[in-house]
Amino acid sequence: MAINGSTLASLKRGQKAVIRAINAADPQVQRLMVLGLVEGTEVEHASSAIGGDPMEFRLFGCGISLRQEHARHFKVAPVAAGD
Amino acid sequence: MTKTSETRIPVNEITVAKRTDASIAVVGNPNSGKSTLFNRLTGLKQRIGNYPGVTVERHIGLLKSQDKTVELIDLPGTHSLSAHSLEEHISVDVIFGRIEGTNAPDGVLAVLDATNLYQGLFLVQQLVELELPTVVALTMTDAAETSGIQVDTAELSALLGVPVYPVVATTGAGLDMLRRALVGIKDITPPRRVRIWPELTAAAERLAEDSRESLCFAELERVLIDGPTKSNEGIVGKLSDSARAEIGAVRNDLFGDEPPIAKDAQIRYSWVREVLDKVQKSAPAYVTWRTTVTGFLNRPVPGTIGLFLVMAIVFQAVFAWATPIMDTIDAFSSTLSAAVFARLGDTAFSSLIADGIIAGVGSVVIFLPQIIILFLFIILLEDSGYLARAAYLMDRAMRSVGLSGQSIIPMISSFACAVPGIMATRVIPNRRDRIATIMAAPFMTCSARLPVYALLIAAFVPATSVGFLNLQGLVLLGLYLFGIVMGVLTALLMRKTTLRGPKPPFALMLPEFRTPNLQTVAFQLLGRAKVFLKRAGTVIFAVAVLVWALAYFPRADDLPVDLDANTVAAMQMEQSWLGRAGKVVEPVFEPLGWDWRVSSAVIAGFPAREVVIAVLGTVYAVGDEADEGTLSGRLKSATRPDGSQVFTLPMVIGLLIFYACCLQCAATLAIIRRETNSWRWPIFAWVYMTAIGYVGALVAFQVGTA
Repeated sequence: MAINGSTLASLKRGQKAVIRAINAADPQVQRLMVLGLVEGTEVEHASSAIGGDPMEFRLFGCGISLRQEHARHFKVAPVAAGD
Repeated sequence: MTKTSETRIPVNEITVAKRTDASIAVVGNPNSGKSTLFNRLTGLKQRIGNYPGVTVERHIGLLKSQDKTVELIDLPGTHSLSAHSLEEHISVDVIFGRIEGTNAPDGVLAVLDATNLYQGLFLVQQLVELELPTVVALTMTDAAETSGIQVDTAELSALLGVPVYPVVATTGAGLDMLRRALVGIKDITPPRRVRIWPELTAAAERLAEDSRESLCFAELERVLIDGPTKSNEGIVGKLSDSARAEIGAVRNDLFGDEPPIAKDAQIRYSWVREVLDKVQKSAPAYVTWRTTVTGFLNRPVPGTIGLFLVMAIVFQAVFAWATPIMDTIDAFSSTLSAAVFARLGDTAFSSLIADGIIAGVGSVVIFLPQIIILFLFIILLEDSGYLARAAYLMDRAMRSVGLSGQSIIPMISSFACAVPGIMATRVIPNRRDRIATIMAAPFMTCSARLPVYALLIAAFVPATSVGFLNLQGLVLLGLYLFGIVMGVLTALLMRKTTLRGPKPPFALMLPEFRTPNLQTVAFQLLGRAKVFLKRAGTVIFAVAVLVWALAYFPRADDLPVDLDANTVAAMQMEQSWLGRAGKVVEPVFEPLGWDWRVSSAVIAGFPAREVVIAVLGTVYAVGDEADEGTLSGRLKSATRPDGSQVFTLPMVIGLLIFYACCLQCAATLAIIRRETNSWRWPIFAWVYMTAIGYVGALVAFQVGTA
């Protein structure tokens, strides 16, 4: 299930990844899924606030900010750079 | 009562129903350009009200074209038909016709942002399932083109089964076609049933099978996803007994252990991605000023510095731009009052006109420049998309005090005035979070506290320098910090006690920066200024006249004739209701070191704190020299009957603390009442803040005097 342990929280700025598995028990994580963070979606870590939290991700042109504690529930497979 | 009163139909609903040919719900994601489009379509033919029992505004507008009139209902932005926030609940309730006294809409105008089709289609697909006549307006097509996105509207229309009209709301391109489609919405064939999740659709159909009434199938799907709740009990009640008993088992079959909302999102977004592959072609994006700005502000440190710069500009504007206008208003109302006395002589009537009504209107109008400038900036920040980014940048800091990033703008606005600050808490989706912010906001040093601070500091704090700083400035800074600390402690305390609950959710959409639409900004500014005048302005005016009456009546006619005017005014004040009240409550404030004069000034200040200065000015204006001496000089020399000084340093410090804490503002109380929709919170805030102020002043005086 987990692909080498990467989650949204461990992405570097500018790095892209595809969401592979979600631990959706937390209602706040479910809310993030309603906003489009579902399995199979490619996201890019666009920025973070001072201290690295919260983080901003871009997917299909829209930006979503989420806290690290929630970002950890999204397992990802990083996409090789140079698209 | 007669029998007819039992069927209560709101009168305005009847007239609207008669006048219009159809009622259309305008639905879209937040920030999809929905309000701009709505304003563009309806112009000034709008009515703003409230939904029953909640503080969500209800915007209804009329659209006329080809001898037909349709009613458009602008619903709060939503991401899904499974509601998450109060505003989303309202949208969903209107769509499903659950609002008391209103029917379900005849059709839907789905607003789809061409730059954010991904989230947009997630909602539009759910709207199509309503099987109502539906028109899709594809907005922001110009912005989409600049960022290299091309949308195949014909293909999109075919896939959704509803007509799609590309528009640019800001320029008006494409609006004529859309208008024509909207007035004829009843002629549009409702979309056929899309089966993107066949099992769910089949389950909903099976449940509806043996019900005698026709049921909204999309609403049944929501019952299966959300489970039976209070808001969908209407449709659940219409199901047959066997179907109702089956809901649990059906949900279990569909979802198993998976959270239903998660599975629903997963399936629908997979469909959205397939549609996007077919209808959206992306060319490499141009580099625009927006992408450059966004790129720069995306870095943590420049982003945070940028936020502080923006805040500094807002503050500079609120205080520097508003001051000349405020001075003019002040001078004008003084001149007007003097003219009234010159013309009508010194009678009760002229005093009512000059000191009651003119001063009362003046005290409302004088706030307008600051409030309008503040509202303007808040709206501009909101519409440009910057507000969300500010919340994002400040989230971590605010979280440490139990709030979230969205509380930052209300808190900062409250430094000018708590009224717009509290109105700005509407962007906070979590209720506990919102109320904690509302309770903290009045502690911020508002501009009405400033004159009193300035007076007392100038009079009693020596202007000695401390290092390169001035002691007077330091005390003022200290008072500001004291307000912030008290506000933060209050929020923290409340989040740990009465408002304890899960950490506020923080899933914030960060839209691209965009130039705000002037018409939308103007509409919103007008709307908020109206709310201020209606809710706060009327209260400020009423209390100004009330305080005038308390300070004027009853009059003594047997005063010696050889006294000067100032002494007469002071003596009249002493035996007025206000002066008498000051003497009655003197024992209460005695432990704080206040005499009856200070007590009556503070009582007069409870409805509006800035009144204190005027009352102090009158009660301490005794003797011929009063005209020459400044108010601060007179306060310094004020003595009790036994000759001891009234304004000792501990007493002044206590008075400042009292002032910093106390909720002496009827307008703020009225706004808290309106925004929380209950008397509970304004009463609590008043008692809580007054108690803290009293204890603070008591400790300062007793410790300082001992």
